[in-house]
Order: sequence, then structure tokens, then C-alpha cells
Amino acid sequence: MTPSAPPVAVPMTAPVTTPPVAPSTLWEPEIIAFCCNYCAYAAADLAGSKRMQYPVNVRIIHAPCTGKIEMEHILDAFLKGIDGILVAGCLEGGCHFLEGNLRARKRTDRIREMLAEIGVGDERLKMVNLSAAMAPTFVESVQQMVDTVKALGPSPLKESEPREESQHLESEG
Amino acid sequence: MIVASPKSITELKNLIAGHKKVLFVGCGTCVTVCLAGGEREVGLASYAIRMARRLADEPLELSQQTIERQCENEFIKDLAEAAAKVDAVVSFGCGVGGQTIAERFPDKPVYAGLNTQFMGTLEEQAVWTEKCLGCGDCMLALFGGVCPVTRCAKRLLNGPCGGSTETHCEVDEDRPCAWQLIYTRLKGIEQLDRLDEVVPPKDWAPSWHAGARKVVRKEHRVG
Repeated sequence: MTPSAPPVAVPMTAPVTTPPVAPSTLWEPEIIAFCCNYCAYAAADLAGSKRMQYPVNVRIIHAPCTGKIEMEHILDAFLKGIDGILVAGCLEGGCHFLEGNLRARKRTDRIREMLAEIGVGDERLKMVNLSAAMAPTFVESVQQMVDTVKALGPSPLKESEPREESQHLESEG
Repeated sequence: MIVASPKSITELKNLIAGHKKVLFVGCGTCVTVCLAGGEREVGLASYAIRMARRLADEPLELSQQTIERQCENEFIKDLAEAAAKVDAVVSFGCGVGGQTIAERFPDKPVYAGLNTQFMGTLEEQAVWTEKCLGCGDCMLALFGGVCPVTRCAKRLLNGPCGGSTETHCEVDEDRPCAWQLIYTRLKGIEQLDRLDEVVPPKDWAPSWHAGARKVVRKEHRVG
């Protein structure tokens, strides 16, 4: 009979416990990127093809043109608690529909004014212009947006009301 | 059309402070065309107010409805059901619309969501200019269709002042001189001789100065 093996020495290390995590460190911003089909969406696709890494916080919404993004779309997302929105359109002068990106710029500027007046903060909305070949710019813009929103913290509109809320519209007009 | 501008979000928020159920009413006529109080603008204002009230932790039940014309009782009756459920109504019509709604619902506070500006015309996309003062005694025929009562800062009826710069008003360099426009227009329609006539002082009696006016057209009265 083989003598029984001596007991295995127990390593003298502290027991493994999960340190308490502050709620703030658990929070990750939710960001929407409205991407124009002809530039930013292709740039995001290219970034993926090139295996470029960018934060997972961003959810891309494919738009036919930034000029198609209505002010209501952006306001609705903020009302529902989104932390930040990036509007990514073509370079000025390069819009497939001539001036959709210029109109989008005016609209985002107006919404930024509204957000500032309401108290949500205008830094949570940003518009960038880029071309389909500018994957690094797209990645950088997303990263900057995430950094900005992380510094700002969660949207003050988040979680204070159920997400299902939407505009109740009755029109007789 | 009647041209109006939206009130600021802060002002709107203050207007309905203390009310928990509010109805925003848009108007489908003038203020829709001047992009101030149509269905869409009411929607945008609603988003802004919902956010502002939520941030202030003041719950708000907000509903919206846009009717064809706020200045006619025939259309306002469509609001009765929605108005019955709320504490207050905000009219996104002109001042006429807001008052007509208030008369229709005597037990409801009715607030104006817009600042009514003037009767004007669309010059280009999103630019309106005042063209008529509603003086009650139209003199357009004398001036080739250009109204100096409205468009001349000094309301001069017998030629320009000495202050106009080139073709523009000295009061506002972006504003064309009404008398330059009158001259050009009369020349174009070969009626420059009209300028030889001295226009007597304007009769302001039909104007607003004695208070709100009333028009009755007997031939169209019923009963």
C-alpha cells in the first residue's frame, strides 16, 4: 500500500472575494450613431473589415442620408434615456443628395440649443462629417463621444420613467 | 398669413407650472405654414416640455391635438373630448386661436404657446416679412401696391424721408425703403403721375386705436 500522500499545503493567500463595485463603475453609456448610408455607415463597415476596435457602447442606425434624420428622432431617443447621440454625415459638399448633411447640421445645432435649455446638456449630441474611406475618423469620433458621455455621466432622463412612453399624437389637421 | 414665433422652452414650462394634465393644441392654418404651431412644432415642443418636467421631477400627462383652424368654433368643437381630460390647454395658434379656444372652454386655463408677430408673406424658405398692418382703410391703390403705412418705418405718405441709404431704410439697413419700392413699382406700371398728388393725412378712425374692431356682413348673416 502506498502511504497516503501528505496533505497538500494550502497556499497562504487571501480568500478570493469580489470587491464591492460602486454602481457608477457598472454604468456604461448607451450611444446611438445615426450613420449616413453613403459615408459613415460605409466607414463603420470599413472599420469592421480592418478589424479596428471601437467601444461597444454605440448602436448604429443606418440612415439613407443625415438629412432624413428628423429632429423628433433625436428628441425621442433622449426622452427615452439615451446617453448620447452621434450624427455622422458626409463631408460638406459631398452629400449624395446635395445638402442633406447641411440641413442635418442646422437641425442638430437647434436640438443642441434645446438640450442645453432643457438641462440635458448639449454635449450629448454631436455631428461629425466624414467620407466612406475615413474609418479611423469614425472610430475616433465614436471613442470621443463615449469619453465625453462617460465624463458627463448617465443621462438625467434615464430610468426615471418607463421606456414605453412615447408621444401621444392625435391629429385632426 | 399670420406669422408667429414659438415661445422659449423655459417660458412654456413656466406657463404650465403646477398643471399635471395639459393639452397642446396646434393649428393647421397660418402657423403651420410659418413653421411655428403646426402638428410638427407641437410635437417638438412636447418632447422638450416632457424632458424639462421629468428633469424637474414634476410628472406631466401631456396630450397633443392639431385642428384645422383654431379661429373657428366649428373646428374647436373637435377639441372638446381631449380638453375635458386636462387641467390646462396651451394654444399653439395665433392670439386669435388662443382666445377663441378660451371662449369655448370657460372653465379651462388657456395659455398661448406662441408669440403672434404680424400679417406677412413668405419671402424665402423660413423668412417672413410684415406686409399689412390691418389699418382698416387700404391705400395700396395709391402706391402701386406697396404699403408705406406698414413698410415705411415713418409711415410717410408723400415721398421718402432723407435718411434712406441707397435703396434701404435708415432704421434697418436690411429693410428695403418702401418709397424706393413704390417709385420702382409705379414706374413699372406707368403710373408715376400718382406721385404728383398730395395724399392727405390718413384717417386712422377705422384702425385699431379705438379698441377691438368688428365686421358684420349683413348679406351673409343667418336669421
